[in-house]
Amino acid sequence: MSETVRRRGRVGYLLLLPALLWLGVFFVIPFYSLMATSLYDPGGSDFRGYRMAWAWGNYSEVVHAYWPELVRSLVYGAVATLLCLVLGYVLAYAIAFKAGRWKNLMLVLVVAPFFTSFLIRTLSWKLILADDGFVVNTLQAAHLLGADGRLLATPVAVIAGLTYNFLPYMVLPLYASLDKIDHLLIEASGDLYANPFVGFFKVTWPLSLPGVVSGTLLTFIPAAGDFINVKLLGSPNQRMIGNVIESQFTDANNYPAAAALSVVLMAIIVAIVLVYVRRAGTEELL
Amino acid sequence: MIGRWLRERIVLILGLVVLVYTFVPIAIVVAMSFNIPPSRNVYAFDRFTLDNWAHPCIGAEGMCESLGVSIQIGLLATLGATVLGTLAAFALVRHDFVGRSSTNLLIFLPMASPEIVMGSSLLALFVSAGFAGQLGFWTILVAHIMFCLSFVVVTVRARLAGMDDTLEQAAMDLYATPTETFWRVTFPLVFPGILGAALLSFSLSFDDFIVTNLNAGQTTTFPMYVWGVEGKGVPMAVNVVGTLMFLVSIVIVVGGELNNRRRARALA
Repeated sequence: MSETVRRRGRVGYLLLLPALLWLGVFFVIPFYSLMATSLYDPGGSDFRGYRMAWAWGNYSEVVHAYWPELVRSLVYGAVATLLCLVLGYVLAYAIAFKAGRWKNLMLVLVVAPFFTSFLIRTLSWKLILADDGFVVNTLQAAHLLGADGRLLATPVAVIAGLTYNFLPYMVLPLYASLDKIDHLLIEASGDLYANPFVGFFKVTWPLSLPGVVSGTLLTFIPAAGDFINVKLLGSPNQRMIGNVIESQFTDANNYPAAAALSVVLMAIIVAIVLVYVRRAGTEELL
Repeated sequence: MIGRWLRERIVLILGLVVLVYTFVPIAIVVAMSFNIPPSRNVYAFDRFTLDNWAHPCIGAEGMCESLGVSIQIGLLATLGATVLGTLAAFALVRHDFVGRSSTNLLIFLPMASPEIVMGSSLLALFVSAGFAGQLGFWTILVAHIMFCLSFVVVTVRARLAGMDDTLEQAAMDLYATPTETFWRVTFPLVFPGILGAALLSFSLSFDDFIVTNLNAGQTTTFPMYVWGVEGKGVPMAVNVVGTLMFLVSIVIVVGGELNNRRRARALA
């Protein structure tokens, strides 16, 4: 392929300007507003107005009050991400190496279910995991669940929902990186008497790491911030941080507390991403 | 014999099992669209009916209005994000400018931020700017263009970057003006990428709940409608909409795939 020449001059800036302005005004500046709001006087309200009070106490208060929800969000997000990695890897591997001429069709089928509304899909899970449904009855018959045991309103249901809903965010980057691997490398490991398992862990897995890193991040971030699955499949006992932020904004109208929690969530995620990406040694992803 | 057959196909079989799993809830959505529930508050399969399909708006108060709102916002957000994002993608691939890496970061960040953070930030902005009373259609639209934009840039940029520019050079060699070259060669080649980006934008916008809910004021989109009726008894017509969304997207995606194959064969 011939080298694309990048033209210099004003046109590039003009083409870029509208998008950058939009992101600046509606993505970057809002983040400053969020941080400012998190330091407002907690006594303010929609009607009385808010006053900047540099109330750093908002942060210690929300972390003190809601640390169980914070920890739970990270744990649920991490478990769901791990499950997505297992399911997604199998699927992406099958598509990349075993699907042959059905590759494109399978890729289409991977995303197709996710064009149905997120909320409606999650409502379907509510039906699948319902108390006298097929899944619960089977588990009860197999004595894996007590006679009055249930799945809805338990962490199992919430994590199952998260895993299902964010699976495509895992499969697509995994597929992209598996598909790039040269089949000859894998065959070579076989020729050199590596058994398939050794071959996998020495060749395929390391080469797919960029996909693993971006897939796990793209799954973990929305999963940890989600509140829809808890609301539809869980109970107040499974409340995640998203539920708290949402209810503080919309029901309690406690903007400073909600904003402080949002900032805390974002800070935790940025920290996790930085540590994780550095550990995985794939900084070029960003 | 069977052992060997199985060993060769075990990964494909497991992959297909995962694929089938992703379709289980969809099968339920389709089944429920033909269902009369035992009572208004019980979300379970009871009796077969075609009424939900024949009269989706009846018995689902407010659903069709919310669908209208979602479609309008979806179309406008798609238009806005596709235009802005395509221009930016051209700048990123074809032009040189100062601040390339920070621009890339700015475009990447909205895709990596939790929606609850983006939504609450926007709400904080609107409230501090005195727009708390005007939350509604326009604030939702602004938010949707914002989070669709990055996905458009990434999709169109990938198409542009993977494109061979020898055809454009040939056009120029044959004395096409830059404008002619652009509209008759470059644009048709990039168009599938732009179309894909537009479809992605529409589905992101149409399905968004978290950001929308925080910035919607009194306006109700379709996902907000579903959220609102959950717990009060979900009308089965909701599943008609779910089924239709699934069917429409399948038709579009499979149609596009068939079209690609036809083209590839024509070229070969």
